[in-house]
Amino acid sequence: MTAATELRQPPTVASDLAQTYDPATGRQAGESPLSPSMQQFAEEAAQLPTEEVIVNMGPSHPAMHGTVRVVLRIDGELIKDADVQVGYLHRGFEKECEGSTWSQIFPYVDRLNYVSPMLNNVGFAMAVEKLLGITDQVPERAEYIRVIAGELARISDHLTCITASLAELGGLTTFFYGNRAREHVWELLEDLSGARLTHSYARIGGVAWDLTEDFADKTRVKLEKIRGYITDIRTLVERNRIFLDRMEGVGVISAADAISYGITGPCLRACDVAYDVRRDQPYSVYDHFDFDVAVSEGGDNLARYLVRIEEMAQSMSIIEQALVQIPPGPVIIDDPIVALPAKREVYNSIEGMIAHFKLIMDGIKVPPGEAYSYTEGGNGELGFYVVSDGSGRPYKCRCRPPSFYTTSALRQMIVGANIADVVPIFGSINMIGGECDR
Amino acid sequence: MAQSVLRILQERVPHAIVETGSYVGDDMALVERDHLIEVLTLLKEDPSLDFSMLTDLTVVDWLGQDPRFEVVYQLYSIHHKHRVRIKASVGEAEDQCWVPTATGLWMAAAWAEREAWDLYGVRFRGHPDLRRILMYEEFVGHPLRKDYPQNARQPLIRRPDAPATDDQTTRLLANSHDRRVE
Repeated sequence: MTAATELRQPPTVASDLAQTYDPATGRQAGESPLSPSMQQFAEEAAQLPTEEVIVNMGPSHPAMHGTVRVVLRIDGELIKDADVQVGYLHRGFEKECEGSTWSQIFPYVDRLNYVSPMLNNVGFAMAVEKLLGITDQVPERAEYIRVIAGELARISDHLTCITASLAELGGLTTFFYGNRAREHVWELLEDLSGARLTHSYARIGGVAWDLTEDFADKTRVKLEKIRGYITDIRTLVERNRIFLDRMEGVGVISAADAISYGITGPCLRACDVAYDVRRDQPYSVYDHFDFDVAVSEGGDNLARYLVRIEEMAQSMSIIEQALVQIPPGPVIIDDPIVALPAKREVYNSIEGMIAHFKLIMDGIKVPPGEAYSYTEGGNGELGFYVVSDGSGRPYKCRCRPPSFYTTSALRQMIVGANIADVVPIFGSINMIGGECDR
Repeated sequence: MAQSVLRILQERVPHAIVETGSYVGDDMALVERDHLIEVLTLLKEDPSLDFSMLTDLTVVDWLGQDPRFEVVYQLYSIHHKHRVRIKASVGEAEDQCWVPTATGLWMAAAWAEREAWDLYGVRFRGHPDLRRILMYEEFVGHPLRKDYPQNARQPLIRRPDAPATDDQTTRLLANSHDRRVE
């Protein structure tokens, strides 16, 4: 080795780097050993002089979802260091909330996680209900509808995550299968709310409308179709060598690190930590259902994929149980201070019209205080920390974004990996720009 | 279970606790800033508390009150399945507007504190990399402060016919003292 190449030897590999990267073979841990000819090639290649280069990945990189920039310091293909920069989709969610009435915030929370807006709707409604002290007065039928809508949204969320990241790996067929399955979910949610993507369906104290008459039958039929698409996707990829090579042992994060980073949801459960808000601190009517918390071992891309696949099956089981159990009754709380009067009263009586006017113009008067409410969103614990000063508008409305904390761990996951691994790792953590940047 | 968290805190670090309370099922403890890290370390390390996860960190701006800001930590224990909210009050003056960093305890604090600094201008002493995170480097002021006007605009690229800055932004720029971290 010449002096020049010695100078260009990479600096000492950091300890967290060493876990996944073996400098002797130039391969990730968990990868199968190279064939003899490839081994010889790799040894020769290791002797070639290289230079560290700074590369910008994103924000306009197609696999960066248009919202994240990763500044990579690379040596050849190996990532030595990374700076993950978010904020390109910051819309001032909190500032806008402070100028809106409590009910006007629903369209904003729709646009936080635009892949599963129903879950955000419900999470926010529950936070305000907690602060109002009316959590136990929400009609049971409304709680069941929220669960059904929320779990449908979770299926849509996981389908998007899985199939979009597979499309980024070149498996475009799965993306089409996934989108067909999502189309069924969207049709059901459209039946519920009238909107396909941003539903604004939940209300403080209940939901906007009751289920349609044929909703239960339609849902059962569509769930079967979705199951078929998921089976198709699994059959296509799970024994595919390219898929396994890029998922297994890539993007590993340990359980202790995941907890320390505040990672929740599927990414944490992929580290074999069975934390699910629905099970550990049951809210709504989740304690009425028999379901398993999906966990997997390894903390790598494949584990995250498997957790999401299993969670979709559990979600469908919850929906089917809910459709059987759902009781008849009202879908919104009977409290004129919180819920809008029926349209019949608004148009035909002066009291109804005044009540409507006051609620729309002044907003719901939430007593002064603060509350932190938590639900299981598509990506993990979706929390809302709401502070009221007694007026009709929130003093503060903070969203605890699961994606933000997961993305903060991205640096640790990609350092020591190859450039090409950034795409599947980033895809598997399901970073949603609207929620991460708010 | 949850009440015992506050009781343990009262017993173990009585000198650090200013106030405790429970509202709509949430437990809260207001802590002296000088003892904040001591309390947070106890919460994380003590086996009976075991708050392994910093769920969220944010700031509340009580404009017009003294002290003006409250730094709010939401903690969760995966093992015991309990939660607690820890708060610390900080003043508005530049030499007062800081808390010690929690990055040594939870890695989640790294980005959460950057966001709190970015949006509220509360400094986190000892943070290894306290840069703006959601706003851009050139941004002046801290947008979630209650005295930052909701309709102020700070475009990076200005249209040729647009005025240099609007009135509100001008006032804001005059008042802002903390463009960058020292």
